[in-house]
Parts: sequence; C-alpha cells; structure tokens
Amino acid sequence: MILLRMALASLASRWITVALTVFTIALSVALFLGVEKLRTGARASFADTISDTDLIMGARSGGVQLLLYSVFRIGNATNNLSWESYLDITSRAEVDWAVPISLGDSHRQFRVMGTSAEYFERYKYRGGRDLTFAAGAPFDDLFDAVIGADVAETLGYQLGDPIVVSHGISSFSHHDDLPFQVAGVLDKTGTPVDRTVMVSLRAIEAIHVDWQSGARKTGATTPAEVLRAMPLEPEAITAALIGVKSRLKIFGLQRAINEYPQEPLLAVLPGVALGELWEIVGVAETALLAVSAMVVVTALLGMAAMIFSGLNERRREMAIFRAMGARPLVITALLMLEALIIALLGAALGVGLLYGALALGQPILDREYGIFLPISALSGREWQLLGAVVIAACLTSMIPAWRAYRLSVADGMTVRN
Amino acid sequence: MPFEQSSPALGLSGVGFSWPGRVPFSLEVERFEIAAGERVLLLGASGSGKSTLLSLICGINAPQRGAITIAGESITGLRGARRDRFRAEHIGVIFQQFNLLPYATPLDNILLPLRFAPQRRARAGQARQAALALTDALGLPRDLVERSPARALSTGQQQRAAVARALIGMPPLIVADEPTSSLDRGSQAAFLDLLFTHCAAAGASLLMVSHDPGLAPRFDRSVRLEEIARMRRGEGEQ
Repeated sequence: MILLRMALASLASRWITVALTVFTIALSVALFLGVEKLRTGARASFADTISDTDLIMGARSGGVQLLLYSVFRIGNATNNLSWESYLDITSRAEVDWAVPISLGDSHRQFRVMGTSAEYFERYKYRGGRDLTFAAGAPFDDLFDAVIGADVAETLGYQLGDPIVVSHGISSFSHHDDLPFQVAGVLDKTGTPVDRTVMVSLRAIEAIHVDWQSGARKTGATTPAEVLRAMPLEPEAITAALIGVKSRLKIFGLQRAINEYPQEPLLAVLPGVALGELWEIVGVAETALLAVSAMVVVTALLGMAAMIFSGLNERRREMAIFRAMGARPLVITALLMLEALIIALLGAALGVGLLYGALALGQPILDREYGIFLPISALSGREWQLLGAVVIAACLTSMIPAWRAYRLSVADGMTVRN
Repeated sequence: MPFEQSSPALGLSGVGFSWPGRVPFSLEVERFEIAAGERVLLLGASGSGKSTLLSLICGINAPQRGAITIAGESITGLRGARRDRFRAEHIGVIFQQFNLLPYATPLDNILLPLRFAPQRRARAGQARQAALALTDALGLPRDLVERSPARALSTGQQQRAAVARALIGMPPLIVADEPTSSLDRGSQAAFLDLLFTHCAAAGASLLMVSHDPGLAPRFDRSVRLEEIARMRRGEGEQ
C-alpha cells in the first residue's frame, strides 16, 4: 500500500510529463479502439445492406457477382433471367413474395433500376428497416421515378423534376424522347439504394419499345399515351429478390432454382454472399488495425522513453529506497507499477475519448457514409485489446526498469545527483 | 531492550573488500567495534573510503573476507536480498542532506523502512502511532507530518523527520552520514542534542561519520578512519 502511495505521489510530482504521456497513450488507445469499432461497424453496415430477403436469384454466374450487380449495382449481369422462368419459380408454393429487378440503363452517374412498387415494401436494410420517403410516394404513372437520397442531393433534384434515362451505362444515347419525372425521394439509408434511380419494370420496357439491338429505330417515337395502354410485359429481367414463407424452405428453394432444368439459374443467400464479399474487402481492415496498433506501440515507447529519461534524476530517490532496505527488485517493481498506472489512466482516458468521439461522430458517419456505429459497452474483444495495451505497457516498462535495477545495484545507497 | 546487550552493536573483524573497477581499490579493517548504546564519531576526509565502509556496514556490498556483525548477528553470510532485509531490520540511516522522498509526506517517509522490515514493524507496534509519537517528541506539527509533501518542510524539519525515520522500530544501530555538514554551529548542536536524546531513548548505538573534528567532544569516542582502515586506490599506489 505504502509503495502504491509512493508511486502515485511520485507521478503526481511530475504531473506535466506524466499527463502528456497519459494523453499520448489515451489518443493511441482511442484510435486503436476507434478503428476496431469502425471496422466492426463497417462490417455490420455492410452486412446490413440487405436484410429480410431470403434469396437473390439471377442468371447463373458467381454468387459474389450476382450480389454485386443486384444489390451493390457494381458491374453487369452477363446474362438475363427470362420472365417466364421468373413467373414459374415465383409461383411455387414456398415463395412468399418476389420483387423483379431490371438493370442496364443509367441516369448521369447513377444506375436506373426497373422494379415493382413492392420493392419499397420488401427491400429492408439494417436489421429490417424499411425504406422511407423524404418526399413523394412510390411510382404510380408509367413515367414516374423514385430517386435515392444521394441522387437527389448530388443532382439537386426535387419532386416533379424531369429525368432523362440514358441507354446503357455511361453511354451517349439517351431516351430523351421519353423523360421521367421525380415522383418520390427516399431517405438516406447508407445502402446502394441511395445511388439508384428506380422506375417501374413496365417503364423500362416502354422506353425500349422503339429500340432494337441497342439503337433507336428510325421513325417517330411511340407516344406516351399509346405506351401507357400497352401491356409492356418484359421478356427478361436481371435478378429477383425472393422471400419464402418458412425459413426451413430456403435451401429447398435454392436447390430447386439452381437445378432449374429450363434455364441455368443461380440463387444465393444474401448473408452468405455478403460474407464471401467481405472476405475480399476485409483485407484493408486488417491493415488499418495494424497501423493503429503501431500507433499504440509508438505511444508505449514514448512512455518508456519518459521513464528512461527520468532515471538519472531519480538515482537519489532510488538510493533512498535502497538505504531504507529496499531490494533492487523493489525499485524495478516501482517503475513497472508507475508504467501500469500510466497505462491504466491512458486506457481509461482513451475509452472516454472514444465514446466522446462516437457521440459526436455517430450521426455524421451515419449520414455521410452510411456506417452506423452503435454506442454500446466495450465488447469482449475490445476489452481484450485494452488488456493487451496495458500488458504491452508493462512489458515495455521492463526496459527502463531493468536499467533502474542495474543503477540501484551499482549505486547502492550512495546518493548521486 | 530488544537486542542482546552483551554483544557489540557493531563489530568488524578482518574485513577485506576490493572493487575491481576501472580504478581498482581495496579497503581493509582489522578490528572495529561499537558497544551497545555507544556513540562513536568516525572522522574522515571525503574520498577516504567512508562511503565504502558504510556500504559494507549496511550490507549494500559484501566483503570478500572477514566478518561484520550487528547486534550479534552476522551480515556477511547473507546474500543480496537478505542483506537488504537485514539492513532494514537493524539499521536506521540518516543521510547528509536528510534525504526524504520529496513527493511523499513525512509520515510515509518515516514508515517506509518498516515496509521492508517486518520485525521492526512488529517492534514499532502501531506503526502510525509510533511515527506520530516520534514526530511529536521531535516537535514536528502533525498536519505537516500527515499532509504536506516532504519538500515543503524546512531544512530543520526535514532533519527531524529523517531522525524519526531512522529511529522508528528501534533499530540497534543508527548510521548517520555527515548529517550536520550543511548546518551552522548552533543548529549542529541542537541537532546532536536531539539525535542523542532519541538514540538513548530508543537504546540505539550511533555511528556518525563526519569530517569535522570539532564535534568529537560530544561523543563517547571518536576514531579516525585511517586508524582503523587501510585503503588502496589504483595499482600499487599507497
């Protein structure tokens, strides 16, 4: 007890250097834990991109590829899925609901997706959250479009603004003869929906009525009124989101789709495909964690340097301890105790900084980057990381402590200044 | 009395110590004793081997030959950590500049040696009460002793706290290394009065090292270091 009191009093007497060291460690700990939180948060947000959808169905390709184009709007489908097969499969008894998706056109830098109005009810993210409208409503008219939050913000669109869809992606041929108008603007979700222009599946057909092999037919455009009266049933779609009636049926349905005799199809479980994708993306997170671990190491070395530089001035103190009957090991233990106290203070302050930063940064991160960081108690893994920092501090302090041992053996109780 | 009266408080016989450093030196003490309760002044100029002799007596260094006993117990047979413990149990040390740990309270400074000496702690009884009784007797105000850091004390007050630290738990031997060198004559006399009174009360013997022969009349006996010890420094040098 008296030694702990002595160590605390000694630290208090050098409070400026000690405070700076504690602060350095606190910053590094906050960064380290922050990266860890961000990492798990990013992973969770990523996994939360789509939820409550049991299967994603598309033409046969790779699971990750299907996920990329159907959910993340990255890349293109190599093949389409025929409307007939879609109707056939979705009419099966175990299918609860299905939402078709048709991709391929674009508006400026954003993808245009043809779907049904049911999409706005069925698409869920972050553990079952619904898409909500900041303004307007789902499409009603053939030429209505619903835009994601990023589309609205980037292009400054409001309800009623016209939208001209381009044929294909980054192409120069536009469906300028048949403009859409903004009927709804969605709230920010942090998912690729934010960067999507959604129109009805029939509208996708409608703007392509006068097109053939990727070019507009010569002659006048079919008037909008005529188009509205046409049945406009698609021949093919890109993919479909499917919900089943019972979770037990998921694998059965998946097998049925994968073994569908009429057409080579693929069905994936979104969670599994997201996991596979994260395996690829996740390499960067490890690098990030490694960098922040290096920052912690730097801070701890700084602490060791601080203890080291104080040793010479403290030889008198060590001599007093020796004269009072302290073994050299006691001197070593005292220095390590100091390091432990500094590390514990640093860790505690670091956790405080982390939660302060989280409280401030959480809404911004969510709004700007769609990464939702829950403010929750430290997880078991985070406690482990904290423990590792404190243990590393004790190990680092063995360097100056060993030097102090040597000094106190050499000096004995001779007071040298 | 806690220790055997018949055996001397300190005894050295046939002690030889050499330090094989860059500048090798050696120290030999054929015979030197301090009787129980005796007050001895050891005179020596700086660099005469005083520190080496003190470090042998206190068990910081061990001699290559000979025997050193304190209150009848031999320190020479003990190994490092045991010697440290032995020092804590048997010797109260007062330094030249009343070396207290500046950041700790005088009370914690006084209690510190007991941390390393369980028997001495047991002898002190209620350690805190014993320490306060000593500081009361030495005329140190309580709130200063219990609350202020030692660096806030005046030189005279630090002196008293150092005496209390040496005396607590009644070690048989008090070793004081030039404790009066930074004091004027008047303060020196007052400090010695204080030291003698409390050593006598605790039944401790006193070995005080100084370069000032003027202090000799106040001691039972004064010895010049050259009379008891032979020191060699360097190769073949006398």
